[in-house]
Amino acid sequence: MSDTTRSAGDPELTTYRDVQVSPDFSELRRRFRRFVFPMTGLFLVWYFLYVLLAAYAPGFMSSRIGGNINVALLFGLGQFVSTFAITMIYVRWADRRFDAEADRMRQLIEGADR
Amino acid sequence: MTAPLLLPQATDIGNPTVNIAIFALFVVATLAIVIKASRNNRTAADFYAGGRSFTGPQNGVAIAGDYLSAASFLGIAGAIALNGYDGFLYSIGFLVAWLVALLLVAELLRNTGRFTMADVLSFRLKQRPVRMAAAISTLGVCFFYLLAQMAGAGGLVALLLGIDGRAGQSLVIAVVGIIMITYVLVGGMKGTTWVQIIKAVLLVLGAGLMTLWVLAKYTFNLSGLLGAAVDRSPAAGERLLNPGLQYGMTGITKLDFISLALALVLGTAGLPHVLMRFYTVPSAKEARRSVSWAIWIIGIFYLFTLVLGYGAAALVGPDVIRAAPGRANSAAPLLAFELGGELLLGVISAVAFATILAVVAGLTITASASFAHDVYGQVIKRGEVNADGEVRVARITAAVIGAVAIVGGIFANGQNIAFLVALAFAVAASANLPTILYSLFWRRFNTRGALWSIYGGLGSAIVLIAFSPVVSGKVDAKTGASLSMITDTGIDFHWFPLDNPGIVSIPLAFFLGWLGTVTSKEQTDVDKFAEMEVRSLTGAGAEKAVQH
Repeated sequence: MSDTTRSAGDPELTTYRDVQVSPDFSELRRRFRRFVFPMTGLFLVWYFLYVLLAAYAPGFMSSRIGGNINVALLFGLGQFVSTFAITMIYVRWADRRFDAEADRMRQLIEGADR
Repeated sequence: MTAPLLLPQATDIGNPTVNIAIFALFVVATLAIVIKASRNNRTAADFYAGGRSFTGPQNGVAIAGDYLSAASFLGIAGAIALNGYDGFLYSIGFLVAWLVALLLVAELLRNTGRFTMADVLSFRLKQRPVRMAAAISTLGVCFFYLLAQMAGAGGLVALLLGIDGRAGQSLVIAVVGIIMITYVLVGGMKGTTWVQIIKAVLLVLGAGLMTLWVLAKYTFNLSGLLGAAVDRSPAAGERLLNPGLQYGMTGITKLDFISLALALVLGTAGLPHVLMRFYTVPSAKEARRSVSWAIWIIGIFYLFTLVLGYGAAALVGPDVIRAAPGRANSAAPLLAFELGGELLLGVISAVAFATILAVVAGLTITASASFAHDVYGQVIKRGEVNADGEVRVARITAAVIGAVAIVGGIFANGQNIAFLVALAFAVAASANLPTILYSLFWRRFNTRGALWSIYGGLGSAIVLIAFSPVVSGKVDAKTGASLSMITDTGIDFHWFPLDNPGIVSIPLAFFLGWLGTVTSKEQTDVDKFAEMEVRSLTGAGAEKAVQH
């Protein structure tokens, strides 16, 4: 329970605050948020576009494209494609653009603890 | 009307001996693995988090095993078979929801918590009240989810053994409950995880085989399959392929559709048993890999359910499905029988049973960890308890939860399980997600905000469900039969028009979290917030894997 019972005078806490206000950490946080927030907005808008069309534009969604395949089915399958794509893009981004910097800071902090 | 004609089929379908034999084989095999896997269970981290020693891919498969519940398999296939395209929303919502977990929650949570969701929620707020609130909502969500699984067990058995009597079905629900308690008591998180991994592999293989089989019957022409489904459903006809068959009638039902969509997409990242799985891997990077694996497996599986649902409509037909003892939930097993006779039915039913068992085990361990670690360890004993004492309490809790699930399952027997799970999602999205997001991303967030959001979200979701048509007052316009949990059509106390409360309770919980925060004088604990933010992003000081 070391992480929950630490008292206020503990020097380690100042370390975390020092890290938090450091330019390197600000940059890391900014980089993280600039990726995940727009991405979250994007897939939510795309998802609710599909939901609202399904609820309020059934005529458009029901129009046939070929055989028994209609717009609604393509929209549904499109949600699968976008989910797979965002997953791949994020994992690639995190592996290449985020982990190295986060690891470097972690080692700095954990090294300073000891 | 068609019942006399179909009754013999209910008992003819499959061979109960074959079904029971395949199922018994699964139970014996997994139990052996659970016993073997649990030899190293020594510490609390072993019992709750499997020693944090699973790899990303292993955990990804286990997450899929935990997530692809009977609702996903039986419920969605049945919903698509009967309601067509509207049933597809479940698949899409359940999948897209994983992006919330992947982008915003999984890694940050892995870096800051230890065993339970409450670890993260109470990290920088007042420990005891927030922990208590988080534990209560964890138990609430697990209870709804458990109900759905146990109801699924009852419906499945009704079909397989032709048991129409309530008493016989109740007995089987009890047996399922007892087996699952055994898994959890013996195996802890490690044993439970292996059960989930095995089950996920079986489920995806089984569903994949059936999907190929169905597609092969239509020479891999999806359009041909859809056409056959339409031809076989004269009542619905073309509308089977279009949105709106189930939810398109009135403004209220459309609103219900939006409400369901909202609950589905925001629920996953607030499900305590899913969140707890992120603690079974050694690092945030592995947590990310596990979610990525889970998304692929879950996505591919949901594509299968689309084919299975329309396949059941085309090959079995909606009239037969509606008249079967398990109703919509029996669409997938009926399709298996249609395709491969009693052997495939036996295999698929055993897989479905395994699914229920594994998910119930996962829920039980989550609920018992939450009670033992949060309520007993931190709130009652204020952290002054050794890990052995906590694990002992967790084991007792698991047995109690099992008993509660058995009783609840007996009452919920017969409801559509995808639908019951959607209620659990609504509760999770209302009670848990706002506080998780606020505490990770909003510096000013404080204790009052957390308590208002959790209790407000949980309370409003449950109250709205209690006074919704789900519980009382929904009547089939054609037959006059009750579609509610209380089957006496004379009792009707519903005033909330929607089946799913999400559209009201989720925004309300976000709003209450904001309101509670800005009206409270409590200052942000800047040190704890700094620690949380730095740890969540860098992984510094995160819990390490247990070395044996």
